[in-house]
Amino acid sequence: MKKFWKMLIVACLSMTALTACGNDDGGSEAPTDSTTESDTIKIGLHYELSGSTADYGNAELKGSQLAIAQANERLGEEVYVDVTYDNRGDPAEAVTLAARLAEDGVAGVVGPATSGASTATYQTSNDNQVVVISPSATANNQTLVDPSNPESDVYDYVFRVCFEDTYQGAAMAQFAFDNLGASKAIVYGDTSSEYGKGLMDAFSEHFTSLGGEVVDTMSYVAGETEFSSVLTNIAAQDFDVLYIAGYYSEAGLIIKQARAAGIDCPILGPDGFESTTLSDLAGVENLNDVYFTTAYTTVGASDELQAFIDAYKAEYNEDPNMFSALAYDSTNLLIQAIEEAGTTDPETLKQTLENIEFDGITGSFVFDETHTPVKPVLVVEFVDGVQTNAISVNPSLDE
Amino acid sequence: MKDRFKKTNLCWLAAIILSYVILTALMQAGIIDAVYETVLSTIMINIILAISLNLIIGITGQFSLGHAGFMCIGAYSAGVMMKQMPGMGGFLVGILIGFVISALVALIVSIPTLRLKGDYLAIATLGFGEIIRIIVLNMTITNGAAGLVLQKVVTFPFIFAAMVLSTIVIVNFGCSAPGRACISVREDEIASEAMGINTTKYKVMAFVIGAMIASLAGALYAGNFYVIRPDMFTFNRSIDILVIVVFGGMGSMTGSYIAAIVIGLLNNFLQSFAAVRMIIYGLALVLIMIFRPSGLLGTKEFTFTSLFNRFSKRKGEAQ
Repeated sequence: MKKFWKMLIVACLSMTALTACGNDDGGSEAPTDSTTESDTIKIGLHYELSGSTADYGNAELKGSQLAIAQANERLGEEVYVDVTYDNRGDPAEAVTLAARLAEDGVAGVVGPATSGASTATYQTSNDNQVVVISPSATANNQTLVDPSNPESDVYDYVFRVCFEDTYQGAAMAQFAFDNLGASKAIVYGDTSSEYGKGLMDAFSEHFTSLGGEVVDTMSYVAGETEFSSVLTNIAAQDFDVLYIAGYYSEAGLIIKQARAAGIDCPILGPDGFESTTLSDLAGVENLNDVYFTTAYTTVGASDELQAFIDAYKAEYNEDPNMFSALAYDSTNLLIQAIEEAGTTDPETLKQTLENIEFDGITGSFVFDETHTPVKPVLVVEFVDGVQTNAISVNPSLDE
Repeated sequence: MKDRFKKTNLCWLAAIILSYVILTALMQAGIIDAVYETVLSTIMINIILAISLNLIIGITGQFSLGHAGFMCIGAYSAGVMMKQMPGMGGFLVGILIGFVISALVALIVSIPTLRLKGDYLAIATLGFGEIIRIIVLNMTITNGAAGLVLQKVVTFPFIFAAMVLSTIVIVNFGCSAPGRACISVREDEIASEAMGINTTKYKVMAFVIGAMIASLAGALYAGNFYVIRPDMFTFNRSIDILVIVVFGGMGSMTGSYIAAIVIGLLNNFLQSFAAVRMIIYGLALVLIMIFRPSGLLGTKEFTFTSLFNRFSKRKGEAQ
């Protein structure tokens, strides 16, 4: 009996070993074959496909693959091939994969989705002269060699298609001051994430510089569910708008409890509100006079955006979200750059990107000197839990 | 006896130099490419973490789940110092500061908690690891949740040297008088107390040494992977390290080495099966635990002495 088990496990292990080898060989052979056959161009897709941030990674992977499939369809042959890797949201793993993608000879990389994993890969990719386009690395100064120092150099080969947290926070401050006529705000944010912190600072700074006053700043930590004591406190103060800097999971509950505490002023938020879960948590009757900034909304969709939404639904049988839209744009941006440059030479590609005029579904833009897009922010209004109006805002950042 | 002692030491020295030369040669020849170089650094850092935890769990028999906390201390000490004075100088100072802080913290934590036993200690260290992470999350000097973005200062020879040195320290500690006292605590705490061993003292000693070496590993991590953030040092990281120790065999440093290498390579080869990777990985662990409950090597160590003994025994049998 014992022998039988031993045999079984040896068999199992050798099977896995063999399949591992088989796949490894296949993986390294296939690209060389295809490069000799025709001029295929490899695009690296480097995402969080498992782990706690897998939602973003998987949505972006779908967006990217759709873009590649459409490009191939347009050209009538398999020109673009994706090389997909999963970094599990682990920065160390992301560094390894950045090196591997460079080794694989990709023309450019799209991803990772999160700021942490992205930062880890930039140096490696930059040293290897691989163009990286980040769909959703929104952290401030993310594309700089030293993000804590705004004066430091920009990574030559790193670009992103999303606006950074500061820009979004400032846009909301602009909107509150100009469109809502608010002069007193209370900021309530998630201090356990850089996202929340960055937004709180950006909103307060810009709102004050416009001439408004931030009456009070409160904070919570992601995972909390009971906010009523703080909200009662807030309700007693004199203010025009409440800015919630955080993700939908807490924001939904805050909105519900705020309305219950008698706070009936406009409630503002960032793109972390973009989720259907928000209305489940807050209750549709409470989602009135609530505004959030985003790069993507289905409200008043342009023809290009509608075409994307339809194609995405047809392909995956589900609604796209902001992440898939940003990844779709990133991938298309890379493809457009390759086509405009007419080559995959990294130096030319980089220069093409620096001067590119890109017309995407999340807005048309050019890159500024930090390789971050200059594009308007959309402010979306909720009416009875439904996204209704979208207003585009350009924060006047005079620095 | 003395003669053989020298011989085994020489053998170890030769083995170290040989493995270094082979690895460097492979790198020079391009057989270990950039990809495998990062895999190699991950493996070496994991080895340092595993053997330092093994000292606490395997040799002293104290179940600690807060190892990521000490790693976090080391990583942030090095990271913050590198921000103050960029380059190798800041990094080295950071390692030293990490040693001091982690030793102090380990002392403060261990004196009350090591009086606890078994599950209680595990829970206490678990909580403490989270405390460190939350403190780091809320400090301005550590840049909060955004973490620090750093330059890569650590190279292969540096990590290799750190790995060899920590192994020497831990293995020698295990063979020393305090180390044997630790083993007696593991085997039977009451009996060793009855023999006059100050069990708390030796437990604290092992805990502090383990914590300091974990902080070294954290510093190497910071110097090698460009970015450190509080969410990289969660409870999951402690579990990852624990898996290596249990997989290799609690109490066996050789086992920790093998397990770290096997898990590192397994992880890497399974990269091509992104979807089922974690399942295969988990399955491999379950199978190992079913068929070798005490880990790959149990408490066995590879030593040149036993190798020589085996040879001389064979010779004896032949004669």
